[in-house]
Amino acid sequence: MDAVSDSTIQEILNGNMRTIARLISLVERNAKERIELIKKLHQYSGKAHVLGITGPPGAGKSTVTDKLIGEFRKRNKRVAVIAVDPSSPFTGGAILGDRIRMMNHATDPDVFIRSLASRGHLGGLAQACGETLRILDAAQYDIIIIETVGVGQSEVEIVRYADTIVLVTVPGLGDDIQAIKAGIMEIGDIFCVNKADKDGTERTVREIRAMLETAILNNAPTRFTELYASYYKNHQSDSAVQHSFAGHHGITNLPGHELPIPLPPVIATVAETGKNIQELADAIILHGTMLKETGLLEQRRNENLLWEIENMVLDMVTEKINSSESRNQLEKLVASVQLRKLDTFEASRKLFEYLLH
Amino acid sequence: MARKIKVLVAKPGLDGHDRGAKVIARALRDAGMEVIYTGLRQTPEQIVQTALQEDVDVVAMSILSGAHNHLFPRVMELMRQNKLDDVLVIGGGVIPEDDIPGLKAAGIAAIFTPGTPTSTTIEFIKANLKRSLE
Repeated sequence: MDAVSDSTIQEILNGNMRTIARLISLVERNAKERIELIKKLHQYSGKAHVLGITGPPGAGKSTVTDKLIGEFRKRNKRVAVIAVDPSSPFTGGAILGDRIRMMNHATDPDVFIRSLASRGHLGGLAQACGETLRILDAAQYDIIIIETVGVGQSEVEIVRYADTIVLVTVPGLGDDIQAIKAGIMEIGDIFCVNKADKDGTERTVREIRAMLETAILNNAPTRFTELYASYYKNHQSDSAVQHSFAGHHGITNLPGHELPIPLPPVIATVAETGKNIQELADAIILHGTMLKETGLLEQRRNENLLWEIENMVLDMVTEKINSSESRNQLEKLVASVQLRKLDTFEASRKLFEYLLH
Repeated sequence: MARKIKVLVAKPGLDGHDRGAKVIARALRDAGMEVIYTGLRQTPEQIVQTALQEDVDVVAMSILSGAHNHLFPRVMELMRQNKLDDVLVIGGGVIPEDDIPGLKAAGIAAIFTPGTPTSTTIEFIKANLKRSLE
């Protein structure tokens, strides 16, 4: 297959699943042709609402994703899913099992699901995630869901790709100090307390709300304060919006703010039975609308592109520094450092200059 | 750099016994492959669509219900309809010797019956891939 002929591009734009699947493999194996592919697809991307589903292992991310696919399909949206699972650090192998929960959608022509192994990439995603996202975006899926590996407290790379992040957690994972440690709790736009038929649901919901309130009171930079506050302000007379915020709780009488600041939604779901999945889907769609209306979408995507390009440059530098010519140069410099002719700062400066030429 | 071999491990039909499929999935993973496991009771349509979307090199099916003579050829037919001719398809489970020639004629490259060491399956996959690992 000619990887990037015009007819290939046309097939992607038409949503040809086989072509999409093959091209994802191309970016997964880091093939050179992917550079031309991304170049040709770039102009067609940027329309999809990208949703991140993240949270600790066993919280029910795959089941929540499955039920959300069903909910979005009811609303006639075309949905793509990137499901990331960890690779073994020892053999490089992986068992990708997220799909088990999503097999009801396997034969739906408007749902495309792809599993990616993390392949040692840190951050909760896979290296090919960004490029896979571009392909699916160009294929005109309305909603692209990225399900991260079960994350701990620092795998927050998802913020770089997703417009809306749903943090899925479960009751009884730990005391409230777990929630205030810096980490994944800060990245949620919407909070989902899944398996809400278990004991301790009320308490977990309360703890998350308390944490969010404190973040607002402390004036901590969060992903939501500005967004929810400005949207709320713009829609003061819109009773539907006021109604949808009614269950959010919020902070009133905060100095410097005339209006209450609504909290992000904290939704208790039982994904297994579908309970409150509709509410979750509503909150996700509303969040997408809010991002667009307030101009925050543009701002976030700007920041993310900046990060992405910066990282690509760092990758180029790493690649160049690992070339045999650079290694030779480096070894010579090391010898001089050993002989005390150069110090380490001088040596690194010299290598840096060498790399730029 | 050689890429990873991607395998779909699937359970077509109605039997609820996936111990064997899980053992194989684990063995292939430990051999450095990326294994997509889809769980029990899959239709041939679901299996072929998954193979297509995941762009796998191998489909490995396990069946213990006795419906292999119906389900395996049906999967092969759908594979051909979707032009997935470069995917290696193998099968395993409780399958009588007499049925094996017919299944091979339908396009299943090998049938592994109970007692086959996992290393035999791994070697077979590595030696019979239809797509390059470049």
